[in-house]
Amino acid sequence: MARIPQQMIPVGIIGVLLLATFIIARQIFVPETFGELGHYRAAAIGEVAAQPAVYAGFAVCLECHEDVYLHKQTSSHTGLACETCHGPAAAHAQAPDEALPTVPRGREHCELCHSYNAARPSGFPQILADRHNPGDPCITCHDAHAPRMPIAEGDCGACHGEIAHQKAVSKHARLECTQCHVVPAEHFTNPRTVAAARPQARDVCGACHARGADSSREIPRIDLDTHGGRYNCWDCHYPHLPEA
Amino acid sequence: MEETPTNSTPEMPRRDFLGACLRTLPTVVAVAIVVDSGRLLADDTDGDPGYKPEEHSYGMGVDIHKCIGCGRCAEACKRENDVPREPIFFRTWVERYAVPAEGEARVDSPNGGIDGFRPYDDDTETIRTFFVPKLCNHCENAPCVQVCPVGATFQSPDGVVLVDANYCVGCRYCIQACPYGARYLHPEKKVADKCTFCYHRITKGALPACVEVCPTQARVFGEVGPRSSPLHRFLRFNDCTTLKSWLNTKPKVFYAGAGDEVR
Repeated sequence: MARIPQQMIPVGIIGVLLLATFIIARQIFVPETFGELGHYRAAAIGEVAAQPAVYAGFAVCLECHEDVYLHKQTSSHTGLACETCHGPAAAHAQAPDEALPTVPRGREHCELCHSYNAARPSGFPQILADRHNPGDPCITCHDAHAPRMPIAEGDCGACHGEIAHQKAVSKHARLECTQCHVVPAEHFTNPRTVAAARPQARDVCGACHARGADSSREIPRIDLDTHGGRYNCWDCHYPHLPEA
Repeated sequence: MEETPTNSTPEMPRRDFLGACLRTLPTVVAVAIVVDSGRLLADDTDGDPGYKPEEHSYGMGVDIHKCIGCGRCAEACKRENDVPREPIFFRTWVERYAVPAEGEARVDSPNGGIDGFRPYDDDTETIRTFFVPKLCNHCENAPCVQVCPVGATFQSPDGVVLVDANYCVGCRYCIQACPYGARYLHPEKKVADKCTFCYHRITKGALPACVEVCPTQARVFGEVGPRSSPLHRFLRFNDCTTLKSWLNTKPKVFYAGAGDEVR
């Protein structure tokens, strides 16, 4: 082993000191958990996740307000979460009597979705707000939880050609329109005033597709209780052209 | 090794010097490992202990055909995440596109769409018009993560791009780097802020606030991988695109029905 030359000793000491300084400085300046998972503080993930939630989620509302939920399920507002209109309700869920959610009663709230706008999808129900009973709150005529659609979609390709064409090539081709739609006789003579009814609840699909349904064996089955949560079947599956 | 330099002969053969350096190297490495081992063993998360980030990979689908431009998502996001109310700070917002007969598409987003959209007050001939909700794309190959000089913005193991508010120095570099304009400097905290997919909600099994309140289910949230996930289904049944795909940022927000003019 070669003896270390004298002039190298101070260099070595300086080197060791520098190394020690570097290690100590690194300990001080590099935060704990930095670099564990990547070039960042791993603890930051937990810190972000620890933020309190403000919106409770519809399942929490359902625990106390099942009656409103079931009422809402009968209408085209079934896919709406309660908090879409009533605002965040996590505080209300914690202290039901103290923190009350808001109840929007003015027209301007409904108009956020339902006033006419060319950029909205064409099938979406819209009104011309300045001609549609101006000044009256929407809730004087419409039940906000279960509004009724004035537009009818009914039987017969004579009027509903597009739907008839789609249905003709689908798995549902052999179903009568009246399998799902209730069509009053007067609808054929007076289609605008006497509307045919749209299915309003999941049970309509469930009559054939529920696990225990009394229907042909090749029909695909789902568990109505767990499949799809608050959404209606037709939020994901288009009934006139269901995927094969 | 046979030659022994003395004080009177100050020259150490280069070979010996390099050899000595090499022999000390293991010691230096050993010291470094010992110093580091404490940090490797440290327990980190103070969130939900049952949640394992590495088992998830999140993404979002946005169906432009379904968006009605009500702006409830932007409103819910501001309330959920305490985003400043000024109309320049958004984690998510809704844009209205109007494609005219000639020329570039018009894009506007008054207050992020929270107060609704007024009709255009000129007579430009418009071929089609639609709404596009925007948010952080949680890119797999995120420019903001690459440019952060301190490692304060990063991609978590579940694929969500997050900001470490306690470590960000507020240099705004990431805000410049984001091609989607999804970041802003928080005026009070003076740190970069952006969509987290409501990380505090999704890690507890809830939906992001914007998805929760969307009245038409125009937003779909879920795992990118498993076939059973709602997002996977969305991707199977829609022709999806990502924004500015030519930048190779590999976004995890997928748009159904977005034409070339959507950027």
